[in-house]
Amino acid sequence: MSGKILVIGEVKDGALRNVSFEAIAAAKKINPDGEIVGLICGNGELTPLGEEMVQYGADRVVTVAHENLQNYTSEGYGQAVMAVIAEQAPDAIVMGHTAIGKDLTPKLASKLNTGLISDAVDIEVDGDQVQFVRPIYSGKAFEKKIITDGLTFFTIRPNNIASLEKDTSRTGDVGEKTVDVADIRTIIKDVVRKASEGVDLSEANVIVAGGRGVKSAEGFKPLYELAEVLGGAVGASRGACDAEYCDYSLQIGQTGKVVTPDLYIAVGISGAIQHLAGMSNSKVIVAINKDPEATIFHVADYGIVGDLFEIVPLLIEEIKKLK
Amino acid sequence: MDIYVLLKKTFDTEEKINISNGQIEDDGAEFIINPYDEYAVEEAINQRDEHGGEVTVVTIGDEDSEKQLRTALAMGADKAVLINTEDDLEDGDQFTTAKILEAFFADKEADLILAGNVAIDEASGQVGPRLAEALDMAYVTTITDLKINGETVTMEKDVEGDVEIVETALPVLVTCQQGLNEPRYPSLPGIMKAKKKPLEELEIDDLDLDEDDVAAKTKTVDIFLPPEKEAGKMLEGDPQQQVQELVSLLKTEAKVL
Repeated sequence: MSGKILVIGEVKDGALRNVSFEAIAAAKKINPDGEIVGLICGNGELTPLGEEMVQYGADRVVTVAHENLQNYTSEGYGQAVMAVIAEQAPDAIVMGHTAIGKDLTPKLASKLNTGLISDAVDIEVDGDQVQFVRPIYSGKAFEKKIITDGLTFFTIRPNNIASLEKDTSRTGDVGEKTVDVADIRTIIKDVVRKASEGVDLSEANVIVAGGRGVKSAEGFKPLYELAEVLGGAVGASRGACDAEYCDYSLQIGQTGKVVTPDLYIAVGISGAIQHLAGMSNSKVIVAINKDPEATIFHVADYGIVGDLFEIVPLLIEEIKKLK
Repeated sequence: MDIYVLLKKTFDTEEKINISNGQIEDDGAEFIINPYDEYAVEEAINQRDEHGGEVTVVTIGDEDSEKQLRTALAMGADKAVLINTEDDLEDGDQFTTAKILEAFFADKEADLILAGNVAIDEASGQVGPRLAEALDMAYVTTITDLKINGETVTMEKDVEGDVEIVETALPVLVTCQQGLNEPRYPSLPGIMKAKKKPLEELEIDDLDLDEDDVAAKTKTVDIFLPPEKEAGKMLEGDPQQQVQELVSLLKTEAKVL
């Protein structure tokens, strides 16, 4: 296709999330000759972030700053984004399949009376037709989907479509649009930080996940240490969460998060089908388990049969030597 | 309070997925209530027990969907509605589902609508927010706590592991996330009672809709299984040797370190 594509960027802790840059790459893929317009909502100074979107491939960026956009709410962001859509009249819209993307895009699709293909992990362009590949049944299968009517509207799963190389010499217009954001019915009273420290599970390149074999909350400590030396995040199986070794926010699986890191280290996880559904599409899987018959070894690229409390500290030392 | 639950029938989470003739094979598969929708049913029952009112579970599906509705009734819901699209629609997408539900709710005055945050089969998570928008209702997705005090609704929302405390007023649509509650199993008396509870069956014609009004905007053109993984490498030797080999392989062969 050629035309105008709107990339809705996402700001977290004052910085753009990587998936916003991946969304620009996705836009380029379906629209190599068209115009890519970035959009950033928030409060305060957004121009430097707009410039960063340009450096990652956007042709120009629209920012909407308003005090009511300090925290994401579907109504606040809905108003801001709809105003930009009305003005820009894009042929396609893309956003990350993140907590915000999942919350906002169906609202926009409903307002626009359009379809929406969510959670694309790959995009195939064949002439005029764009096919979106997305996991179904928690990654036990995949489907290819096309838009049959109206706007091309899709979200992409973080960490699956490579962003373009940052080019600091690229320039493009970054302009602010004024939108009156008002009448918001939902109020964010407070935000309590509980997530895995530092690295977000859905965007982590490395995940160290623990199961029942970790035996206690205390037993998760070496896993955190391993994740730290690898610059990764800690996840868990449902068994470990049910046993209260860790918070449900870490759960990976059919109910829980579905992740696709470059490296997944499963520690003391037996490999229930529901857990495999959440992680089996990881690029490289390492399993550490004392039971040689554990199902996890069927999906692992590398397996170590042994006591995790012995193996994990050795692994931490060995990786430290690399640094 | 008029409480509604949007419910979907999905494959049992234990089911292996097979494909024949480009379709997911469902002959002989076990079907369940979408696990996230179970949280919605449980929460609806709890809220009704606390604040009074009635819980209606609604599903779009085929004749067989009655089984999951009866399960929800056995859990404690009061009424069920099956919107049977078997004879009218070949393909649908989230646009279709939301349009049908919008028509269903047109003459209702729902105080609270609950849905699962995502269905474990198609995993779009679109239907709840789409419906709320169509009904001009506030919505909050992925909630892990819900308290209603008069007209004020206070929720905890899971945002990728962080928790937001969100406040709004009735009416509201919420989608339910793991951690909200522990869904009950239907009791034997519950199952007996469920048989006598009202289960209304509608077709899209009853909602003044025809096929064109709800025609899908997207289409699945292929379904395939992920490539079979080749057998991995089991490392050998003493723990120190295994770890050294692993790190070496991750660096040189897998190139992830």
